[in-house]
Amino acid sequence: MTDTPVTITLNGETVECRPGELLIAAAQRAGTYVPRFCYHERMKPVGMCRMCLVDVDMGRGPGLQPSCMVSVAEGMVVDTESDRVKQVQEGVLELLLANHPLDCPVCDKGGECPLQDQTMAYGPGESRFIEEKRHYEKPIAISDLVYLDRERCILCDRCTRFAKDVAGDPLIHFLDRGNETQVNTFPDHPFSSYFSGNTVQICPVGALTAEPYRFKARPWDLEENESTSTVDATGSRVALQSSRNQLVRVLGVDSDAVNWGWLSDKERFGYEATQSDHRLVEPLFRSETEFVPGRWNDAVSRIARDLDGKRVGVLGGARLPIEGQFAWSKLLDTLPNRAYRDAQLDDGLPAGVVLGLPRASIADACAKGGVVVIIGPDLKEELPTLFLRLRHAATEDGVSILELTPRATSLGTHAALSLHPLAGTVGQVAAAIAAGTSSQAVGGVEPAQIEAAAALLASGRPITIIGGRGNLAESGQYTADAIGSLMAAHPDATFLPALRRGNIHGALELGFTPGFAPGGVLDHDDVLDASAILEAAAAGELDTLVLLGSDPIVDHPDRALVERAFDRVGNVVAVDLFMTESCRRSDLVVPAAGFGEVDGSFLNLEGRLSPLQAKVTPPGQARPDWMIAVEIAMSAMTDLGFIDLDELRRSLSSSVQSFSAIDWSMLNSQDDGQRIDLDRPWTPEFADPLVAPPVDGYGLRLVVDRKLWDLGTMVQHAPSLAHLAGEASLGLSTSDFERLGVEEGGVVSIDVAGATHRLAVRRNRDLPRGAAQIPFRLTGFDPGVLLTADRLVTEIRVSAN
Amino acid sequence: MSRLTSANEIIANEIIARYPRPKSALIPLLHLAQEQDGYVAEDAMEHLAELVGVTPAEVLGTCSFYEMFKLHPVGTYVINVCGTMSCQLLGADELIHHAEERLGIRVGDTTSDGLFTLERAECQAACTEAPCLQVNYRHEYRVTPDDFDALVDTLAAGGGDVPPHGTLSRVRQHIPANRSVGAVPPEQVTGPPPWLPSAEEST
Ligand code: SF4
Ligand code: FES
Ligand code: FES
Repeated sequence: MTDTPVTITLNGETVECRPGELLIAAAQRAGTYVPRFCYHERMKPVGMCRMCLVDVDMGRGPGLQPSCMVSVAEGMVVDTESDRVKQVQEGVLELLLANHPLDCPVCDKGGECPLQDQTMAYGPGESRFIEEKRHYEKPIAISDLVYLDRERCILCDRCTRFAKDVAGDPLIHFLDRGNETQVNTFPDHPFSSYFSGNTVQICPVGALTAEPYRFKARPWDLEENESTSTVDATGSRVALQSSRNQLVRVLGVDSDAVNWGWLSDKERFGYEATQSDHRLVEPLFRSETEFVPGRWNDAVSRIARDLDGKRVGVLGGARLPIEGQFAWSKLLDTLPNRAYRDAQLDDGLPAGVVLGLPRASIADACAKGGVVVIIGPDLKEELPTLFLRLRHAATEDGVSILELTPRATSLGTHAALSLHPLAGTVGQVAAAIAAGTSSQAVGGVEPAQIEAAAALLASGRPITIIGGRGNLAESGQYTADAIGSLMAAHPDATFLPALRRGNIHGALELGFTPGFAPGGVLDHDDVLDASAILEAAAAGELDTLVLLGSDPIVDHPDRALVERAFDRVGNVVAVDLFMTESCRRSDLVVPAAGFGEVDGSFLNLEGRLSPLQAKVTPPGQARPDWMIAVEIAMSAMTDLGFIDLDELRRSLSSSVQSFSAIDWSMLNSQDDGQRIDLDRPWTPEFADPLVAPPVDGYGLRLVVDRKLWDLGTMVQHAPSLAHLAGEASLGLSTSDFERLGVEEGGVVSIDVAGATHRLAVRRNRDLPRGAAQIPFRLTGFDPGVLLTADRLVTEIRVSAN
Repeated sequence: MSRLTSANEIIANEIIARYPRPKSALIPLLHLAQEQDGYVAEDAMEHLAELVGVTPAEVLGTCSFYEMFKLHPVGTYVINVCGTMSCQLLGADELIHHAEERLGIRVGDTTSDGLFTLERAECQAACTEAPCLQVNYRHEYRVTPDDFDALVDTLAAGGGDVPPHGTLSRVRQHIPANRSVGAVPPEQVTGPPPWLPSAEEST
């Protein structure tokens, strides 16, 4: 296909179009909106609804054609407003409404319904149908989150196409035929897709509704602004909608750079946590065994005293907006002693890798014809919207995926090569791939696979490496080693970090990580990571532990270490939204304002800065994090140099180089945000690769990874999501499962370091032989009891009794 | 209500192997499931979904599209009386009415002994022989009420050569090795299939 523009005549005007462009899209770019129901700009057209019929003349006289199915062609003459077009629009609407119940007054979609709007604009006003309409049970739950009213459905195929083509979860389908056609699930197989909420957003009628929003508001009562999801590091663009100072709905915004309008259900429905009755609303002071509410000023001055001249460790920071992170980092830097800080709880990657490698954008990774190497987690579980973009790249745009993951991930079926090194060996496997060959199998990966991977990378196509922490039971250093080897062999490759926590990239950028000052400036004095901070606390070397939205008691992999630290440290101050497990063990808990309640900004995994906008007021005395920091500073008679957001942002841009070019005045008006300057005057140094301990023939290498629905604070405080967290079990590869001779779901013993635990076992076809998997933070079993902070790998023994 | 038996699973895998993509085998597999149980059971659809790597919803979507796949148990003999124009003009309505009286059920129902299901069907492409019906898709032409009674009597007495609903023979075909193209993905196909006579042979 050439790039020469195609010229058509549209309603008498000459219009230049992109070659191959669909007529409906070309017309829209030229300012002519053709009515449609089934066409959706992010999905393949199907021509289901016929609403987009227009007169197309290719030289043999005008004829009706569906503009969503016809590509523009040179010399095409198009009339979207001819009498005949108007007549068929009326006819199509009359037919679409033949079975439609017209229950708009009790329909959630009323007021924002394309069917209602287009019937008003193009419809016949009256129907000739007198026959009985179709009747179905109204509505049926097709999942825990989505309801379907089949009477309203116009069979446009948007939801079903989304489920199959975009999400890859074809759990809803057209059933039956002709007049009986309906959308439905298989009996007892609900539409439990992580992306189910998107179907509600794209349904052009009120057939699909989301449980959390049903009958909550009317579209004309809603107030809206645009923000960024803080649920994970993808930074999906969202519209926040509120009614009477309550968040009632979150919709995906079509940002071309980031989420294409899609959201995971966690991003879409997680806002419920903001409205939770369990939010902290006032400062709580520990007195003996219970908490007593206290005054805000007392809390602030107490924190100022707890920081001043004390040995301080800070855990967390990824929950905070950029402004909160900057204010806290300024505050901590004013202290006489160094305040050690880490936003990753030994579950991420060495910061130098993330901050120092040439950063890819999502668009770079997904660009046609590239190669993407994934060394890390199952992106569908941790960064689901990024998963959608990569899935599209692999299925539609010829991007080849090479997985070097602990198990086959949700992208595995679309991967060119899916390799699963045993825990502790991914560095060696990557080194072998970088070398191009290996004489023997490494970590369970065969020489032929290594050579195939090397050939794929050597094909001269652009390479993006996506790196994250796929296994909490092994040292993150292995992942770093693997990334280092591949970067060394392919210096033009770029890197996209797959760390999952909300604003983790803001936190790293603003120095909440050992070894770096804000702006990615090397700082070799600050060397304590989260585990080392906890060790210091456990050794009595810390006076104050500050928790900035972190919950190490359940989130740090080493359960025993955290216990020792909390037992020993004198004073724990927590700034949070909820009474987490760690807050319960704190001495002072201060309520912070959360998502949807503060203005600020967010840095996503590409280094893209986008806005957070307040839509509702925070509960009780909860305040924005930056304000808390400023107040603590004031109480200590320190001037941070700002007392409002504008001053703070000016200070940020002038003191942190990577933010120096940000145009803050444009922040709220750009769908795609602005990328900060990630050029560093240094390059990351990769230490000598860690060598894994030899594989013990009797043991299994443990993989601890994450699920989207877990016991995380936000999921658990969103009533619609809380019950979605599953039960923990031990996954084994088919061959290990069969060797053990147990039943699916049978209970086995797990021996590690002298202790025995019991857990149900399941066959997991995604796992390589010799590996065992337990998801982190599900109900029933906490794999944290198996992990230690100094682990290289975690070896377990499993027996059937 | 069952999954495929192990014998049928072997046949299923044989059928799957004939296609470049497993899910292409879905229709013949549905016939196999229907032959096993007389209808396509839910468990069988779940089993087929596993075998060809799609979701049960996709299997149901395909299955429910076709009138001849039954999602609920039907009688040993499914009687479809044609109710389209030619047959209607020559007495189909009366025939259907008679059938209902004779079998003691309404159209769409199954007799309590599980022998007969009565259906009204669209044109069976035998308009010159109207009114007509099919028993398990085998034609009966120019059927009078008396013919109908005789037919039902014969079938109820175990006579006639109509096999039970769902019985097939075609999916059991064996493809001789020299005519099998194997399961080559369409994008890898070069040249004509081996069983097409080449130009020289055919002249
Ligand atoms: S439920 Fe909505 S999106 Fe799905 S086919 Fe019906 S009208 Fe279209
Ligand atoms: S929008 Fe073109 S047919 Fe539906
Ligand atoms: S109308 Fe009955 S067979 Fe055609």
